[in-house]
Amino acid sequence: MISLGALGGALEQGLVYAVMALGVYLTFRVLNFPDLTVDGSFPLGAAVAAKLICGGVDPVVATVVAPALGFVAGATTGVLNTRLRISGLLSGILTMTALYSVNLRIMGRANIPLLRSATVLTTLRGLGVPAGVAAILLFLVSAILLKLVLDVFLRTEFGMALRATGDNEVMIRSLGVNTDSMKIVGLGLSNALVALSGAMVAQYQGFADIGMGIGMVVAGLASVILGGAIIAPISIGMATFGVVAGSVVYRFAVFFALRMGFAPTDLKIVTAALVVIALSGPTIRARLGAERRRAPGHGKSEASRENFPARNH
Amino acid sequence: MVSLRHLGKTFLPGTTNGRMALRDVSLDLASGDFVTIIGSNGAGKSTLLNAVAGVFPVDEGTIIIDGQDVTALPEHGRAAAIGRVFQDPMQGTAGSMSIEENLAMAARRGERRRLARGVTQEDRESFKEYLALLGLGLESRLSDQVKLLSGGQRQALALLMATIKRPKLLLLDEHAAALDPRTAQDILALTDRIVRRYGLTVMMVTHNLRHALTFGNRTVMMHEGEIVLDVGGPERSGMTVADLLERFHATRGERLSDDRILLEV
Repeated sequence: MISLGALGGALEQGLVYAVMALGVYLTFRVLNFPDLTVDGSFPLGAAVAAKLICGGVDPVVATVVAPALGFVAGATTGVLNTRLRISGLLSGILTMTALYSVNLRIMGRANIPLLRSATVLTTLRGLGVPAGVAAILLFLVSAILLKLVLDVFLRTEFGMALRATGDNEVMIRSLGVNTDSMKIVGLGLSNALVALSGAMVAQYQGFADIGMGIGMVVAGLASVILGGAIIAPISIGMATFGVVAGSVVYRFAVFFALRMGFAPTDLKIVTAALVVIALSGPTIRARLGAERRRAPGHGKSEASRENFPARNH
Repeated sequence: MVSLRHLGKTFLPGTTNGRMALRDVSLDLASGDFVTIIGSNGAGKSTLLNAVAGVFPVDEGTIIIDGQDVTALPEHGRAAAIGRVFQDPMQGTAGSMSIEENLAMAARRGERRRLARGVTQEDRESFKEYLALLGLGLESRLSDQVKLLSGGQRQALALLMATIKRPKLLLLDEHAAALDPRTAQDILALTDRIVRRYGLTVMMVTHNLRHALTFGNRTVMMHEGEIVLDVGGPERSGMTVADLLERFHATRGERLSDDRILLEV
């Protein structure tokens, strides 16, 4: 039988990773930028929080410092891409790779245990929140609050310029927006969310580990895609709600995959396959549709109806 | 109002593919001038508009708009003075955003983007009034995504966006060429109406010689990166498309004979 506690654990994970997924949504969907910094900025947040907590810093303060450094990591990718004209994918890979060294430097070793340390969760318990609901309460409030803040932000003048940068760079530049700056800030904000999620995950699972960011982008992307499939993103509010829901559904899927006997180490290939299927869906459907049209009886070619003067630039 | 002095631009300089796209182009526009620009493919029409807009820096010359030298400013730095409509209706609007959001972004052209609400109730009221001028019923569809609109509707919206905050210079790059003839006619009529209403200064590139003579008060012809003809006033009023074509062929013929002379020497 599946225990309620185990299901609750999946929900907790879904909500804490939802903050990371919101960050991935901001780059992949809003900015239309495939940002791989995430695999480095997630453990960066965990490393910073763990190190500070071990050094005696208040866990709340430690959790707030982590996203600031995440912002710097994301902005670095943005600068590489916009100012130095390195491709978006490669910029993210470069920052992610450099962060591996940075994270090891911060932590001083590959793993920092936090099991006996004060964390934001023990702080909550100290305020009288029952131990059983502290995590779920904190993560639910964080995910919903950040979702709402993101909704409002994306409707401000600045937020709209950010969305337009992802939608139509030529247009928004002609309206006087420096799209380079927009990308740098957008990538910074995205990775701030990712690092915040990393900081909370470290405290939740009781350790920070140098390898905890591996496959994080793909997991975040899977959540974003699942969310879009479950909840039609007819507005920003619905889209971000879908991201949070997608993250929860993704963690439940992981939970059930593990129960079905998948080895934890096989989860990455399952997740990757899931993203491949979701992303290739439209292409495959279009190809199948094209073949059906080519079938006998539908062979009439689509002749060009209009002949406007061709242009070559 | 607008003064272009000795503009020069070479793409891919120093390579075998190098091409001089603008050669010593000088053009002065008085306030309220509406210049139509014609020429064959590769004559430098779009290059000229892009140079003025700041899409790329020019190699030589200066660009002055309303007394301000903007030559060194990047594209987004010049946007406060310049409104633009592109050939492709997709390029002038953000499809995933709503009509009101697109207009609100355009209404803040050249301004600092703040963390204030992007579309206010006040905005909505003025957008409704503004959209009603189009007579396309868009005023009741403020929150619709722009990608739901037809090409003609999108281009009408793009035109509104380019002029909602009155620009010192309006650049139109064959903005009716990608539309069907009827819609193109509507967009051009709308352009004329808006330009007259606000007395805008305009540079409009067109492929259509008839449009070049019907619209605006001045016509410029470009060839191989140079301005080869600049007519206005009574001379232009008496001109027909046939006259214009004749002048066009005359310049090409001259070029040809120049080349021949070069070869002979």
